[in-house]
Amino acid sequence: MNKIWAIVKKDIITELRTKELFTSMLLFALLIIVVFNFAFGFSVEILNLASPAMLWIAFTFAGILGLSRSFALEKEGNAIIGMLLTPTDRSLIYAGKMISNTIFVFIVGILTVLMFILFFNYEFLSTLIPLIPIVFLGSIGFVAVGTLFSAMAINTRLREVLLPILMFPIIIPVIVSAVKLSGQVLDGNSVFAASSSLKLLVSFDIIFVTACAVTFEYVIDES
Amino acid sequence: MMRRILFILAFIGIIASLYAAFIYAPTEPQMGHIQRIFYFHMGTVWVATVAFIIVFIASIMYLWKGTRKWDILAYCSAELGVLFLTLTIITGSVWAKPIWGTWWTWDPQLTTTFILWILYIVYLVLRSSAGNDTKKAKYAAVFAIIAFIDLPLVYLSVRVMRGISPVVFGPGGGGIAPEMMDALLINMAACSLLFIVLLLERIDLERMKDTIARLKLSEY
Repeated sequence: MNKIWAIVKKDIITELRTKELFTSMLLFALLIIVVFNFAFGFSVEILNLASPAMLWIAFTFAGILGLSRSFALEKEGNAIIGMLLTPTDRSLIYAGKMISNTIFVFIVGILTVLMFILFFNYEFLSTLIPLIPIVFLGSIGFVAVGTLFSAMAINTRLREVLLPILMFPIIIPVIVSAVKLSGQVLDGNSVFAASSSLKLLVSFDIIFVTACAVTFEYVIDES
Repeated sequence: MMRRILFILAFIGIIASLYAAFIYAPTEPQMGHIQRIFYFHMGTVWVATVAFIIVFIASIMYLWKGTRKWDILAYCSAELGVLFLTLTIITGSVWAKPIWGTWWTWDPQLTTTFILWILYIVYLVLRSSAGNDTKKAKYAAVFAIIAFIDLPLVYLSVRVMRGISPVVFGPGGGGIAPEMMDALLINMAACSLLFIVLLLERIDLERMKDTIARLKLSEY
């Protein structure tokens, strides 16, 4: 447990010192919302229909940006070798990286939601509070797969370019269920109106956290 | 010798399946001749399914045992799976155009098939992009396993998204004429034989590549 926290702490300290990842992720999410706004011609009806999708596109794209940096940072100065040399189980390294990535992605997600509420005039508390668990569950599924694949992508010839290609087809269930759930919330319904999506999202999280933790050791070896 | 026999069997099988699909099977009363493409559609989708299951099993075996032969099996099977699934999608579209009036709809089955297709193309891209052999094999195996686990969830999620749960039966899903069933089975058998022949040839090719790489290395 201590080992996991050591990795999480290290990542958070690095991020707090530079703040580069955070700023770029947030800016990117903001810009996506702005671009969508232009693309939809500021029409209110379309925006109402498209807002959950927009939210999650902004969220996913910004998240991918952050994830692709996650292992690129470790690769610089070969920090990853140092981490592998410590007597730590590989799945603990995965857990540590995953938790820190989840924290980043989750915070960016919440801030994106805030911007969203601000720009599109949603009710503040009644929108934000039910969206928090959705963003959290979405982040877990997204990051579980993303951490594994970013460790993989960084060692290939295509590097960061490969990450979205690997990730998008896999995370379709997360996106679909999260969009559905957010749609319910933004329409002013209860989250439980789409309980099958909720179940899907939770089961995705459980399945992929386990599967990715198990397979991680094959990806990280001798890289 | 075995190989030669399999090859001949596959050849005969394909001829027989053409005969069965075009001449032996009766014309479907509602859809007419276009329905005959369905025999090939089913044959190829069956082979693609088997191929991807082989990829999944071979990938697990590779991660477990770490021997090259499992990796070769997974790779070759994935390649053929993509080939056969492409044929499935093409034949399906050709069938759907006159029957459904559109080349493509986003119903759960089609969407899942499409994503399946994308996933294994990504698998091939990953392989071609991942440097040396062991790394390539490991990454590909991990991706194949994750992708395979993902598929049922994709299917569920597409159903959830549409808010409907239509079950698309093939034409004649109800009472299928016995000759049609025969034609279908002959087609599936022929496609399977073809798949086995191609897979064996492809594995040989990959082994030869290995041999050449070894020979080149030993020259220096």
